[in-house]
Amino acid sequence: MNSHVSVPGQTGAIIAGTPLADAVVRLENVKRHFGETPALDGVSLTVRKGEILGIIGRSGAGKSTLIRCLNGLERPESGAIFVEGRQITGLSERELQPFRRRIGMIFQHFNLLSAKTVEENVALPLKIEGRPRAERLQRARELLDLVGLSDKAGAYPSSLSGGQKQRVGIARALAARPALLLSDEATSALDPETTRSILALLKDINRKLGLTILLITHEMEVVRSIGDRVAVIDAGKIVEEGPVWSVFADPQTDITKSLLAGIRPQLPAHIADALSAEPGGEAVLGVDLAGAAAQGTLLAELPRPFRLLHGGVDHVQDQAVARLYLAVPAVPAGAVQTFIQFLEARSARVEVLGYVTGHA
Amino acid sequence: MSPVMLDLLVQSIWETLVMTGASGLISLAAGLPLGLALVATDRGGIAPNPWVNSVLGAVINAFRSVPFIILLVALIPVTRLIVGTSIGTWAAIVPLSIGATPYYARIAEVSLREVDRGLIEAARAMGGNRWTIIREVLVPEALPGIIAGFTVTLVTLIGASAMAGAIGAGGLGDLAIRYGYQRFETSIMIAVVIVLIVLVCGIQWVGDRLVKRLDHRI
Repeated sequence: MNSHVSVPGQTGAIIAGTPLADAVVRLENVKRHFGETPALDGVSLTVRKGEILGIIGRSGAGKSTLIRCLNGLERPESGAIFVEGRQITGLSERELQPFRRRIGMIFQHFNLLSAKTVEENVALPLKIEGRPRAERLQRARELLDLVGLSDKAGAYPSSLSGGQKQRVGIARALAARPALLLSDEATSALDPETTRSILALLKDINRKLGLTILLITHEMEVVRSIGDRVAVIDAGKIVEEGPVWSVFADPQTDITKSLLAGIRPQLPAHIADALSAEPGGEAVLGVDLAGAAAQGTLLAELPRPFRLLHGGVDHVQDQAVARLYLAVPAVPAGAVQTFIQFLEARSARVEVLGYVTGHA
Repeated sequence: MSPVMLDLLVQSIWETLVMTGASGLISLAAGLPLGLALVATDRGGIAPNPWVNSVLGAVINAFRSVPFIILLVALIPVTRLIVGTSIGTWAAIVPLSIGATPYYARIAEVSLREVDRGLIEAARAMGGNRWTIIREVLVPEALPGIIAGFTVTLVTLIGASAMAGAIGAGGLGDLAIRYGYQRFETSIMIAVVIVLIVLVCGIQWVGDRLVKRLDHRI
């Protein structure tokens, strides 16, 4: 596992969910197989109080199994799972029920009960807890207010839009005042605009109520917009983990890079096609900058002329994260090396992607 | 139609309604739990138990494969045990119920099986137990299908109750055979057919209205 401990120019203080915070959920070396294929292959993970942790991976990477292990819908073959300090592995279905009530869950397809009104759906977790009717209704009203659907209390889910359904799903998941909210691809069935509003709502709830959120997704954009920390899962293993901005600034594994491909500047295809491994012409450099370095006057200070091929600055968790593609003349010998050393001395991460001749 | 015949017709309508209504309610009360048991004990159900599931399935299939007219006769000892007699309207309710229960159990099973698994998972994730899942998810979500299936069962029972004439149960079918067919009373035959059509249409109409009212799925 690659950890992102330090990127220069950055202090760890602004990152939510510091290591000292309480663990809401902790997994230790959790394994689960389906037939021959491992769905989870020794996953260890801590969800800290108050943070939004994103778990990202391709489909089939083990995300769904992981999230289902957390509330005991799926049982691991080995390893330990702790919810608020108490081990849940080995508990019977009946013993698991009180723990599940501490964990709210929202789903990709909302999973609202069609035969119940919006209000009844939201109140259901409290009905399961055996709360009196008056209390259930009051809490349901309160939560519908929070998600902005007070006027839909008596409506049936089928009359709502996708975004409204997910808001009801969120209200329902919060009804029993859970310690943790699990989000299982909650925005994957929604259009981009609705996705943004649902993510904003989740972030808002996280801030207002201090609710810990664990979301699994295959979209980096989701993690980028509201995550504090991210764990990348591939073939049942956590391959990379760290603060979101830090993983964005300095992805370690190929899988992370490919998941980031959609939202980070990529070398334009015609240049990528023209790349050769043979030194000559211009060297094409991929430069990653984060924090102060990305916002400084670095480009103006570069020691040699260069061409800016492509690139951009993004802001993740209020941190500037830049990805630039530069073309630097490869002659005289050692010129590229000097260039790289200059950049690395200013805490940039540089990779030589190849060489191009002529003005590619 | 003579007043005597009219009385006979009214009497027969009443007998048919009693037989259909009573056996319908019994098969609903017994068939729905059986359908739930079939779905719950199936692989991936809320209480998987392959052994119970296959035994239950086999018993239901066995009852369903016996022609009703045979069941009517074969169950005479059972009927006598329960009702005290093997002849008459009330006696016919026993074989009708026993015949319709496995039929309705299969219909209920189909509706219950169609409930989105995601909804069951959501209820489990909320900390609900099996009873919660049955009461809050399975039955309410399958209710339109359960009611529609009950309508079909009632209509089937009206047809089956005609055969119950064979054990002296009376009813519209019996009237049609004894007077309309055997005594060539065409007017009785036509009257019975019209009453049956009205009855079936009425039941179907009420059932459809109820389903429409309860169905919030789309």
